[in-house]
Amino acid sequence: MSTTTTSDNNSSTTEARTKNADSIIQIEGLNKWYGTFHVLKDIDLDVAKGERIVVCGPSGSGKSTLIRCINRLEEFQEGSLSVDGVALNEDIKNIEAVRREVGMVFQHFNLFPHLTILENLTLAPLWVRKIPKKEAEATAMEYLERVKIPDQALKYPGQLSGGQQQRVAIARSLCMNPKIMLFDEPTSALDPEMISEVLDVMVELAEEGMTMLCVTHEMGFAKKVADRVIFMDAGQIVEQNNPHEFFDNPQNERTQAFLSQIIGH
Amino acid sequence: MDNTFTPIEARKPPSSAIGPIAWMKESLFSSPVNTLLTVFFAYIIIRFIPPVLDWAFISANWVGTTQDECTKSGACWIFIKQWSGQLLYGSYPEELRWRVNLALIGLVAVVVMQFFLPQHLRRRVGWVSLLVYPLISIWLMYGGLGLETVSTDKWGGFSLNILLAFAGILMSLPIGIIWALGRQSQMPFVKVVCISSIELFRGVPLITILFMGSVMLPLFFPAGVQLDKLMRAFIAITLFQSAYMAEVIRGGLQAIPKGQVEAANSLGLGYWKTMRLIVLPQALKISIPNIVNTFIALFKDTTLVLIIGLFEILSTIQAALQNSNWLGGHHIEGYVFVAFVFWVFCYTMSRISVHIEQKLNTGHSRS
Ligand SMILES: Nc1ncnc2c1ncn2[C@@H]1O[C@H](COP(=O)(O)OP(=O)(O)O)[C@@H](O)[C@H]1O
Ligand SMILES: [Mg+2]
Repeated sequence: MSTTTTSDNNSSTTEARTKNADSIIQIEGLNKWYGTFHVLKDIDLDVAKGERIVVCGPSGSGKSTLIRCINRLEEFQEGSLSVDGVALNEDIKNIEAVRREVGMVFQHFNLFPHLTILENLTLAPLWVRKIPKKEAEATAMEYLERVKIPDQALKYPGQLSGGQQQRVAIARSLCMNPKIMLFDEPTSALDPEMISEVLDVMVELAEEGMTMLCVTHEMGFAKKVADRVIFMDAGQIVEQNNPHEFFDNPQNERTQAFLSQIIGH
Repeated sequence: MDNTFTPIEARKPPSSAIGPIAWMKESLFSSPVNTLLTVFFAYIIIRFIPPVLDWAFISANWVGTTQDECTKSGACWIFIKQWSGQLLYGSYPEELRWRVNLALIGLVAVVVMQFFLPQHLRRRVGWVSLLVYPLISIWLMYGGLGLETVSTDKWGGFSLNILLAFAGILMSLPIGIIWALGRQSQMPFVKVVCISSIELFRGVPLITILFMGSVMLPLFFPAGVQLDKLMRAFIAITLFQSAYMAEVIRGGLQAIPKGQVEAANSLGLGYWKTMRLIVLPQALKISIPNIVNTFIALFKDTTLVLIIGLFEILSTIQAALQNSNWLGGHHIEGYVFVAFVFWVFCYTMSRISVHIEQKLNTGHSRS
C-alpha cells in the first residue's frame, strides 16, 4: 500500500466509498480463534444491499462461524465488521441493534417448542419491537400465508414436519422485518422430499430482493439465485465468483476438488 | 406376476397370550425365582395385614371422649380425636380458628388455580394470586388491621407445617432461579458467590441451619431487635430449600439446547427476556418432577422446627402424650397418625405432579 502513488490512493479511496455506499455488510481483516485454534483467517467480505451470496466449502471450514459472526452469536478477536453502518463491538446496544436487523435460520430450526407457531412468530415483534399484539398477529399470519402454512398457526412446533418447521423458522425471522437474512445449512437436516418446499420459499425471498447469505450445498439453488458463490476452506475464503464462472470454471485446485466431490455423487 | 399391493388384514393375537390366566403365568409364575417371590409375599400379606387391619379398624375404639373409654384391644383413636384441634391448629385461640381455615382454603384455591384455570387466565390470575395470597394469609394468621392479633408462638399444629412448607417453596422458587442463573453467569465473581453459597447450604443438614438460625441470626441484628422464632425458622428453611431448588433448576437449564438461546438472541432478545420467555419456561417444565420432590422433602422436614421450640404437629403429639389425662401410652396411635397424615399429603402431591407432567406433555409433543 505504501508504495502506491498518491493519485492511486485517492482513486482507491473513492472507489471504496462508492462501494461502501451500497454495501450493507463490511468485513475487514477478520480473524477468530477458538482458544488457540485459528478458525477464521483474514476474512474480507463486502456484501451489497440486495446481494445473494451462497457460501460453500467442506465441513469444518468455518462457514457457520463466519455467518454467526455477522450477528455476533460468535465474537471475534481481530478485524472489523459492520452491519448497515453499525460497527459490531463489545457494545451490547450495537449488538442488539444489529440483531434486530439480521434474521437467522438454523440447520435445526430452533423453534421454541413451548410456544405455538403463532406465538413463535409474534414473540420478537411483541417483546423487541413492541408492536401491538393485533398487528403482530396480523403480520405473522401474512408471513405464514407466504410460507404456505397458515392452517398450522395454533399448533406446536413438535406437531409439524421438518420442512414445515423450517418454513416457520424463516417466517419467524421475516416477522422482524430484517434487512439481511442469514441461512446456515437450512436444508441439511431435512428429509429429501422436504428440501424443495424450503428452497422454494428461499427462492421467492431472493426474488423479492432480500439480502441473503446462505451456507448451503444445494448447488441448484446457488445457480438459480446466487449473485456470488464463496468457497471456504480451512478458515479462509479461497475463491469467490458468480455462479456461472464458479461452477464452470473454478480456478483454485481446492475448489475444483470440492466441486468434483459434490457433483460426483 | 401380480404387481398390485394386497394388504393383509390385521388379526387378533392367539388366545393363549391374553386373559387372566395368561397374565398370572406371565407375571407371577414366569420362573422358579418369581414363583418363590410370589409365594413369599403372599405369606407376608396373609400373616401381617389382618392383624394390622384388626388393630386399626375392627378392634379400634372410635366413640367416647376419655382414655377410659378405650376398652377394646385395638387402637385408641379417641386420643387423636380429642387432640385433633391442637394437632391442626396448635394453641391458636379456638374462637379464631376460622382464620386459619380461611388461610388453608385460600392456599388450596391458589394451588388449584395454578393448574386448572384456562390457559389465558392462568398467567395473570396465577401470578397475582401467588403475590397476593401470602399477604392475605399473613394478615389472617397474625391479625392487625381490624383483626385481633395472634402472636406466632400460638401458631402450631399441622397448619404450621403446611404454611411453613408453602412459604418455603414460594420463596425458594425465585431465589433458586436467581441462584441457578447466577451459577451459570459469565461474571466470575457472581458465579463464585453463587456456587459457594449453594454448596454451603446444600452441604449442611437442615437441622444445623435451624440451630444456626436461632443462635447466629440474632447476632446480625441490633441488640434490641428480637427476631421472631418462626421468622428464623422460615429464613433457615428458605435458604436450605433455595439451595436445593437452585440445583434442580440448574439441571433443567442445562437440558435446554443452546440453539434456543441462539435463536432468541438472533431475534434481538436480550439476556433477561431470553431467560424469562424462552429458557426458564422450558427448564421449569422439565424440572417439575424434581421440584415436587424437593417440596415433598421440605414438607416432611418442617417437622424439624420442633427442635427450636415451634409446636408443629409432631411436637404437639409429644405434648399430648405427656398430658396427665392421656398417660396410657398412645405413642403408636400418635406416630401412626402423623405418619398417615404426611403420607396422604405427600402422595397427593406426587400424584398431582404426575398429572401436571402428563398435561404439559400432551400439548407440546408430536402425537
Ligand atoms: N465452540 C467451539 N469451540 C471450539 N471449536 C469450535 C467451536 N465451534 C466450532 N469449532 C471448530 O471450528 C471449525 C469451524 O466450525 P464451523 O464454522 O462450524 O464449520 P462449518 O460450518 O464450515 O462446518 C471446526 O473445526 C469446528 O470443530
Ligand atoms: Mg456449519
